[in-house]
Amino acid sequence: MTKQKFSHRLWIMPAIALFSLMLFGCNGNGNLSSSSDAAQKVYVAPGELDEFYGFMSGGYNGQLGVYGLPSGRHIFTIPVFSQAAVNGYGYSEETKAMLNTSHGFVPWGDAHHPELSQTNGETDGRWIFINENNTPRIARIGLDEFKTQEIIEIPNSAGNHASSFVTPNTEYVSAATRFSIPIDEDMSNMDVAIDSYEDTFKGTISFIKVSDEGKMNIDFQILMPGFDYDLSHAGKGPSDGWAFFTSYNSEQAHTLLEINASKNDKDFIAAVNWKKAAEYVKEGKGKMMPGKHVRNYIDHEEGGIAKSETIEEVRVLDPRELEGIVYFLPTPKSPHGVDIDPSGKYIIAGGKLSTVIPVHSFAKMSSAIESEDYEGEVMGIPVLKYDSILHGEVENPGLGPLHTEFDDKGFAYTTAFISSEIVKWDVENTQVVDRIDTYYSPGHLMIPGGDSQKPDGKYLVALNKITKDRYLPTGPEMFHSAQLIDISGDKMQLLLDFPTEGEPHYAQGILAEKVMKRQKRFYKLEENTHPQRATSEAQTRVERDGNEVHVYMTTIRSHFSPDNIEGIKVGDKVYFHVTNLEQDWDVPHGFAMKGANNAELLIMPGETLTLTWEPKEAGVFPFYCTDFCSALHQEMQGYVRVSPKNADVPLSYGTGK
Amino acid sequence: MKISHRVWMALAALMLIGVYFVPIWSISMEAPQYPEGIGMNITVNNIEGKSENDLKNINGLNHYIGMKPIEPESIPELTIMPYIFGFLILSGLVIAATGKRTWILYWLGFFVIVAIAGLVDFYIWGYDYGHNLNPDAPIKVPGMTYQPPLLGSKQLLNINATSLPHIGFYIALISMGIAGFTWWKSGDEE
Repeated sequence: MTKQKFSHRLWIMPAIALFSLMLFGCNGNGNLSSSSDAAQKVYVAPGELDEFYGFMSGGYNGQLGVYGLPSGRHIFTIPVFSQAAVNGYGYSEETKAMLNTSHGFVPWGDAHHPELSQTNGETDGRWIFINENNTPRIARIGLDEFKTQEIIEIPNSAGNHASSFVTPNTEYVSAATRFSIPIDEDMSNMDVAIDSYEDTFKGTISFIKVSDEGKMNIDFQILMPGFDYDLSHAGKGPSDGWAFFTSYNSEQAHTLLEINASKNDKDFIAAVNWKKAAEYVKEGKGKMMPGKHVRNYIDHEEGGIAKSETIEEVRVLDPRELEGIVYFLPTPKSPHGVDIDPSGKYIIAGGKLSTVIPVHSFAKMSSAIESEDYEGEVMGIPVLKYDSILHGEVENPGLGPLHTEFDDKGFAYTTAFISSEIVKWDVENTQVVDRIDTYYSPGHLMIPGGDSQKPDGKYLVALNKITKDRYLPTGPEMFHSAQLIDISGDKMQLLLDFPTEGEPHYAQGILAEKVMKRQKRFYKLEENTHPQRATSEAQTRVERDGNEVHVYMTTIRSHFSPDNIEGIKVGDKVYFHVTNLEQDWDVPHGFAMKGANNAELLIMPGETLTLTWEPKEAGVFPFYCTDFCSALHQEMQGYVRVSPKNADVPLSYGTGK
Repeated sequence: MKISHRVWMALAALMLIGVYFVPIWSISMEAPQYPEGIGMNITVNNIEGKSENDLKNINGLNHYIGMKPIEPESIPELTIMPYIFGFLILSGLVIAATGKRTWILYWLGFFVIVAIAGLVDFYIWGYDYGHNLNPDAPIKVPGMTYQPPLLGSKQLLNINATSLPHIGFYIALISMGIAGFTWWKSGDEE
């Protein structure tokens, strides 16, 4: 009986064998199992939210891209240094002034390094700063409304690249010249021969004080030798009070830098004691120098209208006269990034032409300064000895190391541009423990909180400079390619490719909840302080003042008030002050005027924005809502009648009620 | 009436003070466009949005289908109701003080009539809002009316409206229950 049963079941055996073989087949296909595993890790189900915000600089689009991580979804773009026709930023009367500079209105900028505000060395979700490289500026973006709230120009600077990095309590945000420029006592002799570079060109490092409300002002600048200052990071923990700036072109070349600035074995990291410098400033040391710069800010007291002020002078500290504010750390081969590990003990340089990553010790640097263990000086700045400040060198770090970020387990991650990989190494013993290829040629990289004292070491984003075949081709020009890498385990794992707008230089990441809790959903109508607001339809009107016509208009689903206007004449300058009366989340209205030579307005609930229009010929011109606001959006339109200059059509308006 | 019964009656009257502080009725609405919901609470003297601007936004939506805007200041019931509850509290306390048992019945009778009248009024109000539509409304669905349910849920185009008593209503019910119980128990004395 038992025997019979057993034999009956024998048929199962081949089935099991076959099944096992099939399973083996699946396991054998490493790609399949690893990509489904990766897909699980980045999948954010419909209706679910990402764990982190990623803020990727838009580079030459002058904007800041906002992404969800780990999904890589592009969720928003914040206009910063470039006009944005999409919502009228830089076109509307309320926002135009944000792009004012000492060179006049500059409609474009090259956005580089975003940096989140910090409290106690940790990202706090209040603001994000970003620098403009071309016409030196730093912007502050409020993360309550994802809008640029302030832009300050940096005087006596060119190529504002080593910027915008914050100190651990956002006391300061720093900036430095990538391109040195002619600088003298009274800034009177700027017209010099370029080959007088060595004698006349100087660099500056600027410290911008940030008030509790976020207001920025340039507290002081430090006069520096005429090198190129490249990147920066502030010290933290034991090194709090210091900031570190890489420099290259210590050769002081002014032409063909790719050869002429690559000669020296070592360039410098400038270690700046900003606390000491700030004390000098408090004592009234240094001197006021010409330094005309413009500060633009949103005036929240007056309707959220951007205003500009011009500041003529700036306080400049000269390290030849004021001791102990700058020291040079010799660092191999044109260092690019300088990154401070979360403990604040180590200063890591990405010597882009170097075969090792040098790791300086802050403790050794401090004792070398104390014992005045110098090998010389440059423009009054003591140069420390490489060997006496070195913690160690990371061997075999890949070719072209650029930038380093950190996790919360004592590891550093460095991008190698030329060998197109990310190298993971142990900060204490400087040994490489893992490496992963990226596609292709990473510049910056980002770990949420990865340059703060509290990294969230779960994901790493590689910001690659070269895209080639990673996406469907889009002609010669294409988006850059970012890659999400899981760094939670011992081995790095590539999870996701996603495209990024413009050219992300640096990026920042932050736990979503830190930002979400500050979110505004709309502006309260009763808090609208715009001088040209109309907070109810009863307040709408059209007024003529010479050839200026002011239309005080409202929008609510689904009509404009007024929507019929007559009595406008050729040669008039018409201001449409449009207030969105809605008080609900995500109900913007748009305003577009036929033939307007600027852009549309995209008006958030409770907000007032102004578009100007100068009609050039007689006729009837329609305007309409551009944002599909409701089922009757297509009905949301109106007409303006424009009569010849000498016509006597009286001013009239209304909704025909 | 025994002292303890008078205390119970006083409690039934005094707990009605709570009605002034919490909503009596709730109408909540769900729609795809309102993932967090939108709705209004009816209190003793007001109709207010469940969250800021809800009433304004409900009125904004209602104008498409031609419903009149809900304007609490133009609804006379909301000015009368506080006095009705004031009368119930005072008269309940008087009954507790004087200990006249049969008066509890009159008190309860008045209360129940007021409650029924309130619900009937609410129904008529809902009927009027839902049926008396502006003929110029942009959205006209043949045969469609928008009367909110008196109790329970009802699908109105894209919106699922749910009408339910709120805490104030339950306070009133408990007050009635305590008064009724007091009347019943105090009958043992005789």
